[in-house]
Amino acid sequence: MKSGKYRFMAILIILVIAVHGLTRLTGTQYYLTQLTMSAYYAMVVIGLAVLMGYAGQISIGHAGFFAIGGYLSGALTTHNLLPFRETPVLVLLERLHILQTGQDLYGEQLLTVAPWAACLCGVLTAALIALVLGVPVLKLKGHYLAMATLGFGIIIFQIVMATEYFGEADGISEVPGFVVFPGIAGMGRLVVSGDFSLRVQNYYIAWGMLIIGMYLLLNLIDSRVGRALRAIHGSEEAAAAIGVDTARFKLQVFVLSAVYASLAGVFLTHYNGSIGPSEASIIKSVRYVALVAVGGMANLWGVLIMGFSLTFLSLRGIFGTYDDAVFGTILILVMLFAPDGILSIRARGWLKSGTGGPVDHA
Amino acid sequence: MLELKGVHKKFGGLQAVNDVSFTVPAGAIKSVIGPNGAGKTTLFNLIAGTLVPTAGTILFLDQEIQGMKPHQVAAMGLSRTFQNINLFHGMTVLETVMVGRHIRTSAGFLAGMLQLPRARAEEQAIRERSMELLELLGIADFANQEATSLAFGQQRAVEMARALATEPKLLLLDEPAAGLNIYETAEVARFITRIRDMGITVLLVEHDMSLVMDISDEIVVLSFGEKIAEDHPEAIQRNPEVIRIYLGEDEEADLESHAEDTKS
Amino acid sequence: MDLFIQYLVAGVTYGIMYAIVAIGFNIIYNTTGIINFAQGEFVMLGGMTAISLLEYLPLPLAIAAAVLITMLIGALIEMVFIRWLDSPSVLRMIIITIGLSILIREVALHIWGENIRSLPYFYGDEVTTVSFGPVRLSPQVLWVIGICTVMVACLSLFFKVTPLGREMRACSANRTAAILCGINTRNMVTFSFMLSAGIGALAGCVMSPITYTQYDSGTSLAIKGFTVAILGGLGNSVGAVAAGILLGIIEAFSVSVLPLAYQDVISITILLLILFWRPYGLFGSSAAARLKEF
Repeated sequence: MKSGKYRFMAILIILVIAVHGLTRLTGTQYYLTQLTMSAYYAMVVIGLAVLMGYAGQISIGHAGFFAIGGYLSGALTTHNLLPFRETPVLVLLERLHILQTGQDLYGEQLLTVAPWAACLCGVLTAALIALVLGVPVLKLKGHYLAMATLGFGIIIFQIVMATEYFGEADGISEVPGFVVFPGIAGMGRLVVSGDFSLRVQNYYIAWGMLIIGMYLLLNLIDSRVGRALRAIHGSEEAAAAIGVDTARFKLQVFVLSAVYASLAGVFLTHYNGSIGPSEASIIKSVRYVALVAVGGMANLWGVLIMGFSLTFLSLRGIFGTYDDAVFGTILILVMLFAPDGILSIRARGWLKSGTGGPVDHA
Repeated sequence: MLELKGVHKKFGGLQAVNDVSFTVPAGAIKSVIGPNGAGKTTLFNLIAGTLVPTAGTILFLDQEIQGMKPHQVAAMGLSRTFQNINLFHGMTVLETVMVGRHIRTSAGFLAGMLQLPRARAEEQAIRERSMELLELLGIADFANQEATSLAFGQQRAVEMARALATEPKLLLLDEPAAGLNIYETAEVARFITRIRDMGITVLLVEHDMSLVMDISDEIVVLSFGEKIAEDHPEAIQRNPEVIRIYLGEDEEADLESHAEDTKS
Repeated sequence: MDLFIQYLVAGVTYGIMYAIVAIGFNIIYNTTGIINFAQGEFVMLGGMTAISLLEYLPLPLAIAAAVLITMLIGALIEMVFIRWLDSPSVLRMIIITIGLSILIREVALHIWGENIRSLPYFYGDEVTTVSFGPVRLSPQVLWVIGICTVMVACLSLFFKVTPLGREMRACSANRTAAILCGINTRNMVTFSFMLSAGIGALAGCVMSPITYTQYDSGTSLAIKGFTVAILGGLGNSVGAVAAGILLGIIEAFSVSVLPLAYQDVISITILLLILFWRPYGLFGSSAAARLKEF
């Protein structure tokens, strides 16, 4: 199992580089944009997979966490604090380099929160909300849990739609680039931004984040905590009897998945330079669930592959106006025929010689 | 080690456990017997923390544990096995037992994700200890098989190993011999005495009288949620109340003489 | 005072509609233990279909036909997607019905586009009013309250008196026992879907002149319907009516304190509060709730 992990990681890294090379060779570098975006969406989905597949908790509101990260970071880095520059709080923040100056579209002076601080704020807020929300929500089961998470997602959606600070129906645009790494002696500067010239760099930043995120999760599953999670999923009663604090673990995984989603939200917002209410919609949340389901719930690699591929196809417009219908159908088909995910059918077909139908896990 | 004082449990209109009190001394093997529906499993669930008593106290190592959550009780050193085997779906035998080491270890989320050296060393220790337990129970060969795919008796062994992995001071065994044949039951009996010799106190619920009479230091008899008797095995065998609740009025005399004949 | 009455009437009207959706949830839940996330779509389909049929049929017939068609769709959904599943897990069912609701919504989008439509007022038009002393109401409101009340009454009667209704109750109380009594539980399930679809569709038609119908009006209805169902105690239809009216009134009066855009947030917040604090509803009991498998 462990050697498998490193082998797959190596294959992934090679593939990522290869795909880039391929686009250079064939002059199809415009694909890089959607490849980059798909990587960020895949980040949300692998975090959700650990929650749904290992802790066994459904969340139909995860787009909410993505939105919290993206919107907070977007709003903080675009709204002008110049009028308040002299207030003590802002003077302090500026001294701590939390604020940055710049210019807007019209050449006007701009004082905003620096992206790294905004990112931190977005992710921490998402984590905090997950923590607070998780305590009562995770006590619920089945339909009730599903509805509660759905409700959360809708509340976030309604809030961003109705609040002027978040741009209401238009969302937030003009989001500046995010210097992830200032570089040493003018070399190696990494910026998350939609700037054309930085296309390749951003492709690697996105995939780098996804690969590291994946690596951390794979480690987690192999560890004591991962085992406890799988035990909870296998039999919550027995896990509790053997000493696993099930409530605490479920909460921690919930927060972890919220962190992954919000981080992806922040980075994607800075990459796209904007974010809109559609990122917080139920449709997006359901899409994430569909991707986790079709990838195999607990099968992180399956989820990564499916998450990335289907998102990429969707972004390329392959599904046309039937986009949402496609994900709805995928969801239904997977749940009807292969609740353990598509990749598991093939494996099971070869291992078992035609016995019974799909196994049901609670 | 364990003390129950006036424990009651009411489910709506049903008094499942009615004013039960007894103690389990350290190092003893104590059995709880009684006809079906006597409240034995309910009692276990009350002790283990799955249920909360409607009244009464339960003291473990002089601490009140009624109302504590199961995982908290387990952390104190009280582990249990399940009557209908409760293994983790989708995990191998070794992994199942490794989960048993959970409360005696501490690597958390961050340590796990970053695979810190401390966590890795701990994993190694967990793995070794778990393999030791598997060998102790004679199922080391099945270490990498899915636990739920094993034969019934072997699954029981896995549950036992998992419970032992928690380093319990008191082990609750819920019908450890259920579904086992004579030879397997004898194995279980031998194993339970070995556990006691390792310093672990045992409280078991069982229907198999030969097992109970064979290894118990003391026996508690329940009927309809009430304690009918608590004594040494020989005395229990001769107790007319006990005989009556198992077999009914008329058989009393028959069994009295039968008990005399088979007195060991 | 006038404003107060207006809010009250609006609240009761919308509330009864939420209650009907909730009862739809309850019927299916009682027979199968499934929460049908696509319930709101039945309401939408009823309205949309009736509007389309209006071109060819007079209003009463169009509505009747729409209700029948929606019932057929309900039956179809059950037979194709639900029937042959072998004791599926709760998670699986939730996801399937969510997928179904999306699918139905997308199909509706492709058939009817994004247009907002409505049925014509049953009597007069949108400015006609009827006076009850100091109160002036649109006659449509009376239609809504009237038809929905009749529906609830008929349903109660149906479940209490008719053999079919009693069989369905048996099915929900104890499925195995019902099977042993010779009740065809499979058909009961199909019928419960049909019944839920039917009452949803009728409610959708009757509300359409007031609330308008759009391809995606199903979702928010489903959520509010679910809130009401939980509030009244899942499976308890009398509770659903009371809870529905309560929610409707709260929502209506909230407009006076909060911006309209936040109105949906209210019902969801209520939902979350209820789920956290009293998931068995205002009128349910925790002991009884623990017995129900969800």
